[in-house]
Amino acid sequence: MTSERKHIALGAKELTVGYFRKKKADVVASNISFLLDEGELIALVGTNGIGKSTLLRTISGMQPLIEGAIQLNEKDLHSYTALQLANYLSVVLTETPASKNLTVLELVSLGRQPYTNWMGSLSETDKKIVTLALEATNTEDLSDNKCFELSDGQLQRVYIARALAQDTPIIILDEPTTHLDLFHRASILKLLKNLAAKTKKTILFSTHEIDLAIQLSDKMIVLTPESTYFDTPKKLIKAGRFDALFPKEMIHFDPETRRFTIKD
Amino acid sequence: MKNKQTYLGTFILLTLLLVIVFLINVSLGSVHIPFSEVIAGLLGGGASKESWQYILIDYRLPKAITAIMAGGGLAVSGLLMQTLFRNPLAGPFVLGLSSGASLGVAILILGAGTIGGFAGGLLLSEWSLVIASALGSFLVMLAVLAVTFKIKDTMAILIIGLMFGSVTAAVVAVLSYFSNAEQLQQYIFWSFGSLGNQSWNGVLILTICCAIGVVLSFFSSKSLNALLLGENYAKSMGLHIKRTTFVIIIATSILAGSITAFAGPIAFVGLAVPHLTRQFFTTSNHSILLPAVLIFGSLLLLICDTIAQLPLSEYTLPINAVTSLIGAPVVIWLLVRKRKLLF
Repeated sequence: MTSERKHIALGAKELTVGYFRKKKADVVASNISFLLDEGELIALVGTNGIGKSTLLRTISGMQPLIEGAIQLNEKDLHSYTALQLANYLSVVLTETPASKNLTVLELVSLGRQPYTNWMGSLSETDKKIVTLALEATNTEDLSDNKCFELSDGQLQRVYIARALAQDTPIIILDEPTTHLDLFHRASILKLLKNLAAKTKKTILFSTHEIDLAIQLSDKMIVLTPESTYFDTPKKLIKAGRFDALFPKEMIHFDPETRRFTIKD
Repeated sequence: MKNKQTYLGTFILLTLLLVIVFLINVSLGSVHIPFSEVIAGLLGGGASKESWQYILIDYRLPKAITAIMAGGGLAVSGLLMQTLFRNPLAGPFVLGLSSGASLGVAILILGAGTIGGFAGGLLLSEWSLVIASALGSFLVMLAVLAVTFKIKDTMAILIIGLMFGSVTAAVVAVLSYFSNAEQLQQYIFWSFGSLGNQSWNGVLILTICCAIGVVLSFFSSKSLNALLLGENYAKSMGLHIKRTTFVIIIATSILAGSITAFAGPIAFVGLAVPHLTRQFFTTSNHSILLPAVLIFGSLLLLICDTIAQLPLSEYTLPINAVTSLIGAPVVIWLLVRKRKLLF
């Protein structure tokens, strides 16, 4: 939303992610490398439990990485303070906000927290950015509604609006399309696509909608038990990477129709 | 965030109401004092009878101020806890902070006997009571927080609160077995909870503690707003979680601890007032909710105290009984009406 922004990219090099339990590393996924550029919409796909959320949480600085390096704007991710990071990276999580008693306007305005004073009062610029975020996500009519009154599809738009209000060059979304019907799934992804193209933001999202992601995203990160692939959807299809996603005897990817089919 | 202008009228109205209730509170009691004399006595003109002046300045006024401090302070600590634990049922009484404070006081009063007469007398100054009780609630708060860190279940922390109640009762039972009758009586009277019989020195200490607690909460209002989205979101917006949590714990323990030290464990104000306030102020923004909860709490406890005096009779009900009689139905009513407590 801000016009002048330096070229910012997010890079991961030979990343190993997982959890620390009793000082022992519990590896979830390893050997992940990619370089995300500005204005790109990137989909992260893989089966349940392969480590999509863990990877996203690690990139957004919510949990420590086990090995490798994450570079944000040519600086190590861990050299950023929480507040500095909040200027570069905003998130939309699978967890719903703890309080649903907030109005949409209040929730979206909270996205301005990294920029407001100790009282959290909004300046004219803040208000303008909040309005733009509401307009961009088509939620301006809902602004006085309480969050518990909204449908899942509306809520997802509101969460995205909050991330937009945070005005960061990178937005990371964890499964923004769950619980939504096909129409709302498609419209959320189209919204993300438009935002990336228009605002030059880097938008990374995880999803199970692989066929939609193939159609809409610029690049994809495919997590499989053996390896991680990062490329444009076209090249990934050519290389037959999607066949490695699921057990072949059950599900087969058809490169012609770009669809998964179930074998008898 | 709804325009603050729209709430300005409500705030003025509430403050006016607080002044009126305050005047009613100080003019009612077992001794009848005419209203004009009350005003004269309070404004420094002096009531026409010396006994009236004494009752007003040294009994009713400190009691009313204690009610305002205790009500507002407990309500604020309840709001802080509901946001920190993101649990609509949190409150200083429910989560065992009052029990922790009681435990601190019990150890101080009942344990003083074992140390010996002289040292015991020294220990029982007003400050030591406050420190023991604030320390007690601080420790309980830390324990509850440690549990919520391990178990992400709203029920678990309520059970922990109950357990602390039991532990307190048990420790008090053990201590009372070894202490003399006088100390036991002192503790029992304290535990009934009473806003009256406060010295001006005590009122001053309470005011200082409440002011510290309330100021700390006001400085945390932005962080509290961020916490409404949950810890992960708050962190992603640049919030320093550990520091914020620490400040909130300190504020809550000072408030709950000092109030419990002076007025005894008071039930329901901390739990019910934030929910009542949300009925009138349809916002979750803490920079509006905090002052609103503060005024509502003071108002409620003043009204409860006025009822507890049983105007025109010479009897006084324990304040705890009145707050429970009013608080419990309010919480049930809110629950039934909305089917769910939101925070």
